[in-house]
Amino acid sequence: MSDASPDRDRAYWRANLRLLLSLLAVWALCGFGLSIFFVEPLNEVKMGGFPLGFWFAQQGSIYVFIVLTLIYAIAMDRIEARHRAERDASSDRGDA
Amino acid sequence: MSITAWTYWIVGLTFALYIGIAIATRVRSTSGFYVAGRGVSPLMNGMATGADWMSAASFISMAGLISFSGYSGSVYLLGWTGGYVLLALLLAPYLRRYGKFTIPEFVGDRYGSQVARVVAVFCAIFVSFTYVAGQMRGVGVVFSRFLEVEIETGVIIGMVLVLFYAVLGGMRGITYTQVAQYSVLILAYLIPAVAISWKLTGSAIPQIGFGGTIQSGEGAGLHLLQTIDQLHRDLGFPEYTGAFLAGGRSMIDMFAITLALMVGTAGLPHVLIRFYTVRTASAARWSAMWALLFIGILYTTAPAIATFARVNLIRTLNGVSASDVPPWFTNWEKTGLIGFEDKDGDGKIRYVADEGLNELTVDRDIMVLANPEIAELPAWVVALVAAGGLAAALSTAAGLLLVISSSISHDLLKSVFVPTMSEKWELRIARKSAVVAVCVAGYFGINPPGFVAEVVAFAFGLAAASFFPILILGVFSRRTTKEGVIAGMLAGILFTGGYIVWFRTHPELGPEDWLFGISPTGIGSIGMVINFLVTMTVSRFTPVPPPEIIAVIDHIRRPE
Repeated sequence: MSDASPDRDRAYWRANLRLLLSLLAVWALCGFGLSIFFVEPLNEVKMGGFPLGFWFAQQGSIYVFIVLTLIYAIAMDRIEARHRAERDASSDRGDA
Repeated sequence: MSITAWTYWIVGLTFALYIGIAIATRVRSTSGFYVAGRGVSPLMNGMATGADWMSAASFISMAGLISFSGYSGSVYLLGWTGGYVLLALLLAPYLRRYGKFTIPEFVGDRYGSQVARVVAVFCAIFVSFTYVAGQMRGVGVVFSRFLEVEIETGVIIGMVLVLFYAVLGGMRGITYTQVAQYSVLILAYLIPAVAISWKLTGSAIPQIGFGGTIQSGEGAGLHLLQTIDQLHRDLGFPEYTGAFLAGGRSMIDMFAITLALMVGTAGLPHVLIRFYTVRTASAARWSAMWALLFIGILYTTAPAIATFARVNLIRTLNGVSASDVPPWFTNWEKTGLIGFEDKDGDGKIRYVADEGLNELTVDRDIMVLANPEIAELPAWVVALVAAGGLAAALSTAAGLLLVISSSISHDLLKSVFVPTMSEKWELRIARKSAVVAVCVAGYFGINPPGFVAEVVAFAFGLAAASFFPILILGVFSRRTTKEGVIAGMLAGILFTGGYIVWFRTHPELGPEDWLFGISPTGIGSIGMVINFLVTMTVSRFTPVPPPEIIAVIDHIRRPE
């Protein structure tokens, strides 16, 4: 394809990697950090009837996981739309 | 109408629905058979993935499993949902972007190696068979409990039904029956949960009632979870919400099992192929989100049911004399799922942690199956739970059978042996392999291997230690070579399989003999690390992949 541009593709890929690494950091923090590593101190904190660490392990982390996939779907659609707009703009100008 | 009559009606109606969908969605092309013509909407695919993923075990056994293990049971909740984050972010969009039919095909093409393809085919078939046997068994068990037929008869009815819609409709038929099956199973799960939550805590939302206070009777006004912890202390069990207590799992083992289940989930071929059925990579990301949302509804309800059932069980049975037990107890005593043995001869049920003194035995499956009766719900709800259990088992079985059939017809016969095969011929072979796969699965359903728990651990461990690393590296590392992945897959499988088989064949070994304190269930996480290390090391010392492979990777990474 004539409209492939290595620079633009690299920028897209870097934006994707940055986004998914930060989302995975939250994934690990909830799934392994708050739910397992820090569960004992967190259980000292009560949220309503829930010990907080127990709540993260059986409820909270799952909610966070859903939100992470939602953020990724929305953000990637935006990144791809921007990428496409730039690609169309540059092919209109006739470069690359 | 009696419970049995209701069950015949509701189960019969749902089966008629599945058959109707199968006839309406029958296919004539390999693309329709393998990937539903890639026309499934993200929302529908999310529902289908939910049904595909949630098996008889999730539906029937998981709440009970958590009910008996408290905090330690969180590994299933975290592991079986957290894996979808990995799928959504690291795999689903790229597999769709690559856009072929199967997982072994991706492995074979990305690494340009028939050996890697064949190893992947065998992993896919092995993982799927271990899983599908349990589903067929689940169908038989539900039939025998609710309709009082032999387990064998139940398995055969299930086989005929799956055969019908999987062979006729392929992935398209499976997808739309799974959408219907998700609706049936989630209703069947939520209705009793909402009723019990309302009765026990006054909140209609189980996820909230779970942290609420007891409504009436003994301990009214106290938080449910505090009550259960107190009951556990009184009866000598480890505290329900407490972490890493004696009798529970250690921190390192919790960590390892959660990780193994997460990466295992992301490496299971029947889940991965669902993302081939949508139109674009963006639709794959959205359908992963929908799938996790639909799965999350059941997975956040399960721990609530677990707590309610535990409190109900102890409060309604412990210290109660045998003549005053509620009617559901007598009903389920007949099935052998719950039993009372009056050891001290006082005529009262005594439920304590001490094996020598305990008089009550409870099977974990009863926590979901008997729920509607414990909550005194009408007979049609009981029937709906039976239909839900069947929906969960059948939908998962169908997804697995498609993986087996496409692995044989597409990856082995077409890609390796007869590349010139016509589409019509391939479709005929795909249907025939599905028939053979159903028969083998049915055989294992009727004669289950005696080590079901280890087999499931094996399926996850294997998926974690074989597929996950090479799929991730296939997308995210250009430098990964075919020599690297073949070595990595073999190292991962041999280590994980060896560890599980070793502890299986040496029952005298206990937790103190585990490597780093990690149980065989969690060892897939170490197998995965070994696979990553071996693959990356061998790749460094073998020639860089050729330009045509690099072009494939760049294509996968580029947006549409």
